[in-house]
Amino acid sequence: MRLLTRKISARLSARRRSRLAAPAVLILGLLATGGVWAAVAPAGADATGPNDDQIQAGRALFAVSCASCHGLNGEGITTKKGNNYGPSLVGVGGASVDFQVGTGRMPMAQAGAQAVRKTPVFDDDQIAELAAYVGSLGAGPAIPEASDYDYSNGNVARGGQFFRTNCTACHNFAGSGGALPKGKFAPSLIGVSAKHMYEAMVIGPQQMPVFSNGVLTPDAKKDVIAYLKLQEDAPSPGGFALGSVGPVAEGMFAWLVGIGSLVGFGIWITAGSARVKKTKKGADA
Amino acid sequence: MADSVATTNGTEPAVTAKANPAAAVATWADERLGIATATKKQLRKVFPDHWSFMLGEIALWSFVILLLTGVFLSLWFNPSMGEVIYDGSYEQLKGIHMSEAYRSTLEISFDVRAGLLMRQMHHWAAMLFIAAMLVHMMRVFLTGAFRKPRELNWIIGGVLLLLGILEGFAGYSLPDDLLSGTGLRIADGLVKATPVLGSYMSFFMFGGEFPGDQIIPRLYTAHILLIPGLILALIAAHMLLLVYHKHTQWPGPGRTENNVVGYPMMPVYAAKAGGFFFITFGVTALMGGLMTINPVWRFGPYNPAEVTAGSQPDWYMGIAEGLLRIMPGWETHIFGVTLSWNIFLPGQIAPIALLMVVLAYPFIEQWITGDKREHHLLQRPRNVPTRTAFLAAMITLYGLLWAAGGNDILATTFHLDLNTITYFMRGAIFVIPPLVFILAKRWCISLQRHDKEMLLHGYESGIIMRDAEGGYTERHLPLSPERAYTLTAHERPEVYAGLSGADANGLSAPKARLDQLRARLSKAWYSGDVQKPTVAELEEAHHHAELEHAHDAPLEGHAADGHQFDGRHEVAGEELTQKH
Repeated sequence: MRLLTRKISARLSARRRSRLAAPAVLILGLLATGGVWAAVAPAGADATGPNDDQIQAGRALFAVSCASCHGLNGEGITTKKGNNYGPSLVGVGGASVDFQVGTGRMPMAQAGAQAVRKTPVFDDDQIAELAAYVGSLGAGPAIPEASDYDYSNGNVARGGQFFRTNCTACHNFAGSGGALPKGKFAPSLIGVSAKHMYEAMVIGPQQMPVFSNGVLTPDAKKDVIAYLKLQEDAPSPGGFALGSVGPVAEGMFAWLVGIGSLVGFGIWITAGSARVKKTKKGADA
Repeated sequence: MADSVATTNGTEPAVTAKANPAAAVATWADERLGIATATKKQLRKVFPDHWSFMLGEIALWSFVILLLTGVFLSLWFNPSMGEVIYDGSYEQLKGIHMSEAYRSTLEISFDVRAGLLMRQMHHWAAMLFIAAMLVHMMRVFLTGAFRKPRELNWIIGGVLLLLGILEGFAGYSLPDDLLSGTGLRIADGLVKATPVLGSYMSFFMFGGEFPGDQIIPRLYTAHILLIPGLILALIAAHMLLLVYHKHTQWPGPGRTENNVVGYPMMPVYAAKAGGFFFITFGVTALMGGLMTINPVWRFGPYNPAEVTAGSQPDWYMGIAEGLLRIMPGWETHIFGVTLSWNIFLPGQIAPIALLMVVLAYPFIEQWITGDKREHHLLQRPRNVPTRTAFLAAMITLYGLLWAAGGNDILATTFHLDLNTITYFMRGAIFVIPPLVFILAKRWCISLQRHDKEMLLHGYESGIIMRDAEGGYTERHLPLSPERAYTLTAHERPEVYAGLSGADANGLSAPKARLDQLRARLSKAWYSGDVQKPTVAELEEAHHHAELEHAHDAPLEGHAADGHQFDGRHEVAGEELTQKH
């Protein structure tokens, strides 16, 4: 054994100045790193990861539907003024594509302050293909697994607290949405799927900040989703919610319904009296 | 009328009617309390019939509902800022730290039978109370009912409105939910904007740094004891003065400055007003039962670290909110002190100035017009164009500021740009009210002109006449004397000319400059007004109408198609001959 090692080391030592030595070591090192990565990489990132076919199909879709703004290779297009015509998509990850395209925000129907939610243009397979392609441009948050946003065990009370602390400032106390400067807005959260809520917190689309796992742990994210989903289904104890936008709507209803009907009743009460009818009868006779 | 001898010759002797038990009770009470003498006059007190006289009653009845529902709520509400952990029946807040005040509000909403209904009725009634006061005030303003001798009642009404708003704000702050606390934080900011004294006042008010643990109990005392007591006393004074002054009425035949034409309190107006209470109660109950107001459970407990989109005050504070939102961020730094004009001006100076103008208005108008006589007959809004237009402009300003206070809701609802709304409002509050003033004034003047034309030339009958040359004219028919009387019942105003510049000794009159200003304002006040026709003008017009009638006279008695409807004679029995 000792002899063998000495023999090999002697041989390696002899060849270590060879021109091929450096590349060989590099290849070995890369293989080792790659091998270790493949062994310990987080499940989900690659386990059901995109295959080449998906990426190719996604690339074709991207070239047709997205490249006019985001560039043929998703590198983004800069305007003459230095703004982004469409931002670079390198490193945004598949979750971003799944959110933007899955909620219909992308492709945008028209340029504006903000992309709006609409019926998605692509079906689920196509979205997965686009996500695979964009995901292949650079590492970024992948589409979450169903277990990531499974909110069935979420703590609603805690979720409400997180929601009020982190979300209501823009999205309103009932998730009805709110205004932001320069025509931008925080959209309504009513009817948004749990997956898209989770993705939005991870990627921070448009005006929204990213709620990284350090800020809002994965469990906390589930709690927020559980709270919002419960609000969606919960009955309104007080009657019609009047849009859940706060006192402005209440004031409008107080005037239109309350004062409106009471003034109407006042007109009715003073319109006729017993005596008025009597005189009319007398006039007829 | 009543004969002293029997008018029947029946065979049965007359018997006294069966004693009325109600009369027995009344007699019992009268013998001990003397109520007959005290109320004899009031029971026959006359109320004129007009829908606009019911607006103040809406406010009165809303206040009664507020007292009733408020007593119910006070049985469970716990005005304490002591911290507890929620363990009630509303799952979504279980285990959350909150104040006793918020916990008991949740308890009223979810665990007390009919508690939520009562809470929502209380809140809706508060919104209606202030809205009705404002509508009532607008009626009084537009019809000139604040003129002598009612100036003091106008002031009482203005103070009632102010107290109502303060009372509403205190109530809004009591549940200690996120919205309450945000409102209090703004109040804290307004107080702190006071130059030099601000922070001391804030610490005094909150018993330390905001939010402290004092403000809810303090507001509770004000909300259920101090302010309602003041409101109640002022309502009593308001209504005593109403009785003392007698009700105003619209002019018309038989209605003078010295009488009131209408229905007596008993039984007609007692039934009408009493019935109106039940209607108001019913409307409030329906609103409380069907429409969510202030869903405190959605807002969560107050936490100074949180604020939510859609944080607005109740509507009556909307103009204050609007002023704050559109005010540019002006600040002055001097001697190491920051003067926050951006809050001080809209938050303190503007409301006080507004209140002062409202309270002083009757006296300002008296000064301009020089009219210090007693008035019990109301003015039609069109006959005082400047005052009507002024209110129209003020309503516009109010509406614009209210809208500015809801700029974020406007932005999301109508997909507008928040900043653009704000910039627009900054200009609009200065530009649009004057435009509305001009428009409303011209509108009033054209209505006055229409009245005058009707008086002079009659109303448009809709009958088109063709004369011998083939020209067409519309037949105008004279107004009934009652209508003509009503249209001419108002006074002919006199423009205040001012004292003549200098007297015989070449000395100008004292306060000459002020007097000139008054003369100029008086001239502007009446500028453009169309006066009612003079007697001479009316006679001239009637003479003209008679000539026209004489011209048609040969046709009298000769039935001809088309003349059945020209209003010159009775048409009963005249049928269309169809001979043409």
